[in-house]
Amino acid sequence: MNPKTTNKIAIGLIYTFVAIVVAILISLIGYILVTGVPHISWHFLTSKSQSFLSGGGIRDQLFNSIYLLFLTLCLSFPIALGSGIYLAEYAPKNWITEVIRTTIEVLSSLPSVVVGLFCYLLFVVQMHIGFSILSGAIALTFFNLPLLTRNIENSLRSVSHLQREAGLSLGLSQWKTITGIILPAAVPGIITGIILSAGRVFGEAAALIYTAGQSASIIDYTNWNIFSSSSFLNPMRPAETLAVHIWKVNSEGITPDANLVSSGSSAVLIILILLFNLLAHWIGNRLYRKMTSNF
Amino acid sequence: MKKYNLDESFIYKFDNEKAIVTKSVNVFYGDHQSIFNVNLAFPRFSITALIGSSGSGKSTFLRSLNRMNDSIANVDGNIMYRDVDINDKKVNVYEVRKQIGMVFQRPNPFAKTIRDNITFALKKHGIKDKEELNERVESSLKEAALWDEVKDKLDKSALSLSGGQAQRLCIARTIAMKPDILLLDEPASALDPISTAKIEETLKNLKSKYTIIIVTHNMQQASRVSDYTAFFHSGHVLEFDKTAKIFTTPKIQATEDYISGNFG
Repeated sequence: MNPKTTNKIAIGLIYTFVAIVVAILISLIGYILVTGVPHISWHFLTSKSQSFLSGGGIRDQLFNSIYLLFLTLCLSFPIALGSGIYLAEYAPKNWITEVIRTTIEVLSSLPSVVVGLFCYLLFVVQMHIGFSILSGAIALTFFNLPLLTRNIENSLRSVSHLQREAGLSLGLSQWKTITGIILPAAVPGIITGIILSAGRVFGEAAALIYTAGQSASIIDYTNWNIFSSSSFLNPMRPAETLAVHIWKVNSEGITPDANLVSSGSSAVLIILILLFNLLAHWIGNRLYRKMTSNF
Repeated sequence: MKKYNLDESFIYKFDNEKAIVTKSVNVFYGDHQSIFNVNLAFPRFSITALIGSSGSGKSTFLRSLNRMNDSIANVDGNIMYRDVDINDKKVNVYEVRKQIGMVFQRPNPFAKTIRDNITFALKKHGIKDKEELNERVESSLKEAALWDEVKDKLDKSALSLSGGQAQRLCIARTIAMKPDILLLDEPASALDPISTAKIEETLKNLKSKYTIIIVTHNMQQASRVSDYTAFFHSGHVLEFDKTAKIFTTPKIQATEDYISGNFG
C-alpha cells in the first residue's frame, strides 16, 4: 500500500470515530433537550415539588444543587490548592510522594456508592450530622479532591521552569514566586479543573442519596438566618438535589406527570451545567487578565 | 577529542578592585564532579566573558555565583563578595540574589504588564512608593535601551514583546533591583543578529555601573564586548587573562585550539 492510501484510510477512520462520538453526544443532549425543554416553565422552576399531585416544580432541588456545589467547592478547593502546590512545587521525588499520588488516583476511581455509604456511616450516623447538605458536601469533597488536586498540580507544572528561575533570580522566595508568578499563570488550567469537578457535583446522585438525603424539607427563602432550621442557607438541613430528584421521580415517582418532571429536570440540569461552564470560563478569563494583564 | 593537560593553566592575577572572588570552587551533581577547583577574581566595573565548549561547566559555574544551583548541585569552596562568603549556607540567599542579578539564556518575562515585570519584585522587596517605582521603571528601561520602544505601552502584556525586547526587559528587570553584579547566561543565543547587537551595545553601556560576567558560545561576541576572558574546559579554568591577550596570544594550547576553531 502506498503512503497516500494509508494516509487516506487513517484519516477516514479518524473522521468516522469522531463522527460517532459527536453523533452520540448530539443525540443524547438533543433527546434530553427536545423532551425536556417544553416542560420547562416559570412555574416549573419556581414552585416546590409534589409527591402525589401533578404540577410539581423543582425550585428547591435547583437551589440545593447550586448550594451544594458552592459548599463543596468551599471545602475542597482550599485543600486541593494546598496539596496541589505541595505536589507540584515542594514535594521531593521519592517513594512517599509517589504513594501519595497513587493514593489520590485510587481515591478518584472509587465507586460513588462506596464513598456514599462510607460517608453515611461516618458522618451521618457516627458523627450525628444527619442527612444534610454538609454531609453531602463532605462526600462530594471526597470525589472532588483527587480531581482538583491532580488538575492544580498539572496546571502548576505546565508553567515553564524559566518563570521559577526568573522569580528566584530576583531574590524572591519560592513561596512568593509561586503565589505571585506561577499561580496566576496557571489560572486557566485550574478553572478547567473546577468546571470538570462541578459537572461531577451536579451529576452525582448515588453518594448523595445516603448523605444529603432525598427529602425536600420545607424551606423559607426569606429566612437568612443560617442557623434556623427552616432557612434555605442552613447547611444542616436535608436536601434533595436535581440529580437525586431525577433518580427518585423515575424510580418511585407516583405523580401523574412523573415522566414530564424527570425530562424537564434533566433538561434543566444540562442547561445548568452549560451555564456554569460559561460563567466559570468568563470569570476565569477576567481573573487571568487581571492577574497577568494578558490581553 | 584531543586530550589536554588539565593541570596546566594560566590564571593572570590583576591588581584592580575585585567584585567577586572564588576560592577553590568545586561543583558536584550527585557523585559527578563538573567544576574543579576554580580560583577566579573578577575585576569590578568590567565585563568578563566565560567561554568554552558545551558541557565545559561555564554555566554551572556562573549559576553558583548567585546560588542558583542550590537544590540542584552541591557547591564547595568560598565565593567572596564584599568580604562575605556567600556560599555559606547561613547567608541570606535572597539578599545575595538582590545584589547579584541574573539574566538567562531564553527570555523569560512574567505573564504580566511590562511595568509589573519590573515592579513586581521591587514591591515584594518592600518598595511601595509609586513615584519611586515609576522612577525605577523608567531608569531601568532606559539603561536597558528599551524605554523608547515601550514607553507608550507600559501597561501592555510583556508577552507581546519580541524576543530581543523581552530579553532587554529581563535585563531591565534585573538592574531595577540595583544589583552590584550582573550574571548573564548566554543572553543573546536565542536572538537574531540585530537584537544581539542591541544587547551587546546595552552591556557596554552598563559596565560603568555594574560588574558583568557573561557566558557565551559566541567567540566574536566575547571579543567584542568583554574586557577579560576565562576559558573553561572539562570543568577546569585553563586560562584567564585580558580578552585582547586571550584572542591574540593565548598561553595554553587548548585555548588556542578553541579560539581558532581546531577543537575536538
